[in-house]
Amino acid sequence: MGDKTDVWQGTLALMVLKTLESMGALHGYGIARRIEQTSGDLLSLNYGTLYPALLRLEQEGAIKSEWGLSDNNRRAKFYSLTRTGHRLLHKETQSWEQTTAILSRFLTPSEES
Amino acid sequence: MRRIRAWFQKLFGIVPSQQQEQDFSDELASHLQLHIDDNLRTGMSPEQARREALHKLGGIERTRQAHREGRTIPFLETLLQDIRYALRQLRRSPGFTVTAILMLALGIGASVAIFAFVDAALLKPLPYADPTNLADVAEHGAAFPRSNLSYLDFRDWQRLNKVFASVDAYNGTGYLLATPSGVEPVLAVRVTDGFFRTLGVRPILGRDFYSGEDQPNAPATTILPYSTWQNRFGGRKDIIGQTVSLDGNPTTIVGILPQDFQFAPRGNAEFWTTTRQLTSCEQRRSCHNLFAIGRLNEGVSIGKAQTEMAAIAKQLEIQYPGSNRDQGASITSLSELIVGTIRPILLVLLAGACLLLVIACVNIASLLLVRSESRRREFAVRGALGASPARLIRQFITEGLVLISAGTVAGLVVGSFAMYLLLGLVSKDMLSSMPYLNGLSLNSHVLLFAAVVSALAAAIFSLTPALRLPISSMREALNDGDRGSAGTLWRRLGTNLVVLELTIAVVLLVGAGLLGKSLYRLLNVDLAFEPSHLATLYVSIPRKSYPKDEDLIVVTRKIIARTSILPSVASAAATSVLPTNGNGNTDWIRVVGHPFHGEHNEVNERDISVDYFKTLQARLLRGRIFTDQEDRTQPRVAIINKAFADKYFPGEDPIGKKYGGGDLKPDSIKEVIGIVDNIRESSLDGDIWPAEYKPYNQDSDSFFALVVRTSGDDKSLLPALANAVRQVDPGIGTMDPQTMQQRIDGSPAAYLHRSAAWLVGGFAALALLLGVVGLYGVIAYSVSQRTREIGVRMALGAARGSVYQLILREAGILTIVGIVAGLLCSIVSAVFLRKLLFGIRSWDIQTLVGVAVLLGAAALLASFIPARRAASINPVEALRAE
Repeated sequence: MGDKTDVWQGTLALMVLKTLESMGALHGYGIARRIEQTSGDLLSLNYGTLYPALLRLEQEGAIKSEWGLSDNNRRAKFYSLTRTGHRLLHKETQSWEQTTAILSRFLTPSEES
Repeated sequence: MRRIRAWFQKLFGIVPSQQQEQDFSDELASHLQLHIDDNLRTGMSPEQARREALHKLGGIERTRQAHREGRTIPFLETLLQDIRYALRQLRRSPGFTVTAILMLALGIGASVAIFAFVDAALLKPLPYADPTNLADVAEHGAAFPRSNLSYLDFRDWQRLNKVFASVDAYNGTGYLLATPSGVEPVLAVRVTDGFFRTLGVRPILGRDFYSGEDQPNAPATTILPYSTWQNRFGGRKDIIGQTVSLDGNPTTIVGILPQDFQFAPRGNAEFWTTTRQLTSCEQRRSCHNLFAIGRLNEGVSIGKAQTEMAAIAKQLEIQYPGSNRDQGASITSLSELIVGTIRPILLVLLAGACLLLVIACVNIASLLLVRSESRRREFAVRGALGASPARLIRQFITEGLVLISAGTVAGLVVGSFAMYLLLGLVSKDMLSSMPYLNGLSLNSHVLLFAAVVSALAAAIFSLTPALRLPISSMREALNDGDRGSAGTLWRRLGTNLVVLELTIAVVLLVGAGLLGKSLYRLLNVDLAFEPSHLATLYVSIPRKSYPKDEDLIVVTRKIIARTSILPSVASAAATSVLPTNGNGNTDWIRVVGHPFHGEHNEVNERDISVDYFKTLQARLLRGRIFTDQEDRTQPRVAIINKAFADKYFPGEDPIGKKYGGGDLKPDSIKEVIGIVDNIRESSLDGDIWPAEYKPYNQDSDSFFALVVRTSGDDKSLLPALANAVRQVDPGIGTMDPQTMQQRIDGSPAAYLHRSAAWLVGGFAALALLLGVVGLYGVIAYSVSQRTREIGVRMALGAARGSVYQLILREAGILTIVGIVAGLLCSIVSAVFLRKLLFGIRSWDIQTLVGVAVLLGAAALLASFIPARRAASINPVEALRAE
């Protein structure tokens, strides 16, 4: 169970980072909604699981947070990427692409057989 | 890097922060608000919008919990929580907490203090280079397993052996040191040239004795111990090359020994000189006055050295049959010589302290058990509210650890205090023969020992209540009616623990009883003289001023006469060796007319003045005492003790018989004129040897002891005694003024026995107290658990007497089992005490019975109080409480 969570946490963190990169500063709810939308509503997220991931990224220094006002004038905590976060995103993206490339080679039927 | 940063943030997150908690609550509220806003926009009703938002979040409290755990390290967080909870629990029952910590502090303190002594004496290596290769080299006589070497034998051994890289001899001696305020007798050691090289010790200033510095043509030189350098010469560096006057001989100071130098066999020496001038004894092969140390060659064992040296001794025995008959070799390790006598005592004390610690731990464990019993409901409730069993056990363990930590800290404080207190009790004289005790400290060894001890105690404490944790029967425990069965397991375990405590208490009490009785026997051993009201003083007459033996006799007579006229003095006398000083200073004798095959008949030899027996109040059994007129010009005479008469004149009347040296040289022939009682010349725990008493008029010495009987206070006479001697001649040195009783009480034998008896006695008293308190605890608890049962019994007509009987029987069975087990264990363990016992056997019935009665009585008292409470239960109230 732990391993699965770790993978999920890692993936979720990458999604959060990517979302923040493309959208700029965003509050937790916004990030959650954006991830759902980007996934084409394939991914149904328990919004609560997002917050530990955000906390962890913040502890690692990849993102920073600040209270501000939302579009409809609600007070909310906005997250944004730090320089470390940009670097991390770059690195994680690469390693993720590599992983999927390797995996797809395994999973697509080989031409010789 | 990122990880470390995150980890640090988590670590700081342990400090609970209200602000962080609030911040996240706000964030969650804002999240929900945003979501609800969105939902409302899609046309949901407010209530529906809220429900949907909450559902999508997955529960506020769960999210909050996940976030909280992410903020810190959960394990540490709960640990801190547990510790806080444990502290709160302990604070809530201060009686229990203080008792437990106090018991732990006592147990750990006692064992830590004793262990510090064990460490300093037995574990730390001697402060020499490669101390394991150093051996004590001595001869083996018929009467002494380890006897002095004769100088000529020593030189032969040195020359012939191949097992030692080097062997060097030493010999304790005394000098009269000239100081600006007059002469002062000082203790010194004479050594052969390579002594310090053999030990592997280098002077910190100046030089070592060079090779050949112990030859007759070498100049007189001395090396000073650090303390002499500091105390007598102010630590001045220019002291090297200066001269001091020892016995009137100018002697050059050539070196200073390191501060940490010690040589226990001659711990109090103030000067180290060489054997360049041989004494008259050292010129005869038959005279033994040296000991030696040897450094074993690489790879040579003590056993091999013993074999080779024994072979050399045998060879010498063939070569010199007159002097060397039965003179073997005795080679042991130097550390055995130095700490061999103190080892059994220290080990017994360590065992005693550890037993005390076990009792303390058992007591606390049973207290913890009782607490866990009374906290069954609390834990059942916590379990029912969702605490996992592991979490509950952890809570218990944390409580145990908190107790142990506090107890260990307190124990270390008590221990270091006790350590210095014990060291302060060691007299200066004793300390000089145990210089290794100067290294006593709370060092890493001792701290490690404390850590191990407390870890063991922690294991006991955490496990006992955890075992008892009502995990399976949680539901039953919640039931209030479940009282009858409560504590059956506890009662079984708790009673076993009490039996263990009582057993240990019995073992310690028996040990203390045996040691105490030994001490009593030792101090009341038959001396065959009256030790009270005797003042004694050693006198050293400078040979330079009194070169001839006749001069010595005259001045000795003057000293005795001068002291006899002091006020309150009844009589005064001189002797070459004081009684109870120990067997030694012997003569080899042969009875004229008896068969003789060259054996060494060793007898104590004492040169005394006329009034010696009168002064000691020793009984003359037969014959007469010599007169002052019987000097060198008269035939030689001697008084022998009863042991001498029994051994060498069995079935004969010794009076008028003659004996002499092994060769019956005419000037050694003496006539027996009297038989005196067996005056205790040996140490208090030594054997009575045959002894001869000769008139000092016929065999005088420049060093003797003055013995004075007074009708008044012996202690206050001592200064006057020294003054009287100095009035005869200010050049005469006096030393070590003590009353006879002080000498007896302060003798090493009395000292070791006393310290063992007192310390083990102290442990035993504490053990008795703790054991009885433990028994009281068990019985009192049992009564409180059986209140209802007793109420029912009484309601059904049981008399108060039978209730008493019920409770007392329970206590009685425990006590009897404990006492019987304890007596059996102590009979076994007393075998280890045998070395420390004097005058009694290890299964001394009187002691065993006494301990059984004492413990039985104490146990009866301890169980009587709860029994009374049980008997005074009001059945109506006991049942109504249901």
